[in-house]
Amino acid sequence: MEKPLTQHMRGDGAPLSLKEYERAGGYQALRKALKEMEPKAVTTLVKESNLRGRGGAGFLTGMKWSFVPMNVPKPKYLICNADEMEPGTFKDRILLEQTPHQLIEGMILAAYAIQADQSYVFLRWAYKLAAKVITQAIEEAYAAGYLGKNILGSGFDLDMHLHTGVGRYMCGEETALLNSLEGKRATPRAKPPFPQISGLFGKPTIVNNVETLCCIPHIVNRGTDWFKNLSPGADAGTKIYGVSGKVKKPGAWELPMTVTMRELIEDYAGGMQDGLKFRGALPGGASTDFLVEEHLDVRMDYTGVAAAGSRLGTGTMIILDDHTSVVGFVRNLEHFFAQESCGFCTPCREGLPWIEKVLHTIEIGEGKPEDIKTLEFHTKYLGPGNTFCALAPGAMEPLQSALKYFRKDFEELIRHKISA
Amino acid sequence: MLTVEEKLEIDKAIHEVPVKKAACIEALKVVQQKRRWVSDESLKDIAAYMDMSPEELDSVATFYNLIFRRPVGRHVILICDSISCYVMGQEKLTDLITKQLGIRYGQTTLDGRYTFLPNPCLGTCDHAPALMIDNDLYRDVTPEQLEEILGKYA
Repeated sequence: MEKPLTQHMRGDGAPLSLKEYERAGGYQALRKALKEMEPKAVTTLVKESNLRGRGGAGFLTGMKWSFVPMNVPKPKYLICNADEMEPGTFKDRILLEQTPHQLIEGMILAAYAIQADQSYVFLRWAYKLAAKVITQAIEEAYAAGYLGKNILGSGFDLDMHLHTGVGRYMCGEETALLNSLEGKRATPRAKPPFPQISGLFGKPTIVNNVETLCCIPHIVNRGTDWFKNLSPGADAGTKIYGVSGKVKKPGAWELPMTVTMRELIEDYAGGMQDGLKFRGALPGGASTDFLVEEHLDVRMDYTGVAAAGSRLGTGTMIILDDHTSVVGFVRNLEHFFAQESCGFCTPCREGLPWIEKVLHTIEIGEGKPEDIKTLEFHTKYLGPGNTFCALAPGAMEPLQSALKYFRKDFEELIRHKISA
Repeated sequence: MLTVEEKLEIDKAIHEVPVKKAACIEALKVVQQKRRWVSDESLKDIAAYMDMSPEELDSVATFYNLIFRRPVGRHVILICDSISCYVMGQEKLTDLITKQLGIRYGQTTLDGRYTFLPNPCLGTCDHAPALMIDNDLYRDVTPEQLEEILGKYA
């Protein structure tokens, strides 16, 4: 089983140095692209590879790049979204801490494809080790001539900066991230114009996730057929999956997209902890719908998870066991979303705290029968199309699916007036 | 008054962006790093330096979870209260810290040693529950370890 993203990791958790990365074939894709490929050819290659964004939304990466106007004056921007603040998600951390040059090479290739001359890594503040590793790797890349003016004698210039955030989930949203980089509150922007046309400081901008960018050198090196064949399904490439919650061995693994939930939980995460039963899981982070026992054999690719009624999201699963209160679980999620709402649009600002309050009331045994209706009302009115960005609709996914699969848990707490 | 050292660091950040104002979050970070928090006085000084009104800068400062607009203790304890840590026993740790230090979320101990804050996800969900004190991350934390961990910070 090929694991292009993680195969060269040292195993001790320390970052792969520039020398080690080069010895493993690193920066060969960049040399190849700068020497043999027109920028547009890189975009076409990525488009044909079928690579979908690994940040959660799953949009086709090459397609996104193709919207950037080519013959416009600089600056243009390439941004790596390394904010990773979705609860339950910890996959980018591994890549940031252990293979920084793979990310930097992917960023240079992406910047070359869209002819960007400025790039930023937007890193979440909590990743202190990653900040150190990336800072050093950027310095190494400058010293080796991979960044700066006239990269490898090609005439292509690119600067790279590290920006560490100051904690706010909204910064992971593409346009809110741009506002944050401009020194503003991280509220989302109206689209259109799309960032590809008018992004950071009003200039053409691409924002890609860490894992997405890490795939690029491999696609350039090995080609589209190889990348597509990494997974037998419709979705190309490998994926870094993660499992957290009460399993025996929580962790993250790079696997082809044929893997099922059952395999991830039983074979890789070692199964549930002794004495506990699986009740459900959020397959791709806090903003995805629950999947339950009947879905255990669902294939963890974009189409498979969508067909089961959820989203692959970030591919990092959070397990709900039979000793954890469902209402408490959902209340914790909604508390997060209520707190992290940027407050910019009313349904989200007012609705999420209301939901949190209702859930809390049920949890402490003071719920009323009509509370379930109130929650259902919100899942509708905070759903897609009713709010400015995807935060509130994302927050509704675990709630609506919990009401669907675990309704009895809510009803029992209300009927018997007991606390969870 | 901003110190010469602070101004130099802020200038470095300004140099990296095409619009001066874009460096205002960095400027807040620089001052917070030196003084632990951003007082009204500091905020006014930074705003003047960045050609912004204090109100505009404050609207940015108060938006972000980790810009402190109130004094904090010598050490800031951030406990991850997000879903994986919740499932793995975060609430118990929170209760214990509250009991041991006598402070709830948002409060500082009387001796100014610790400030205790909840934090949305530390991104280490496979090693939950987790907490961070200053720049140190603690993972797979058990109630038994708490006293020893806290004891490291005088």
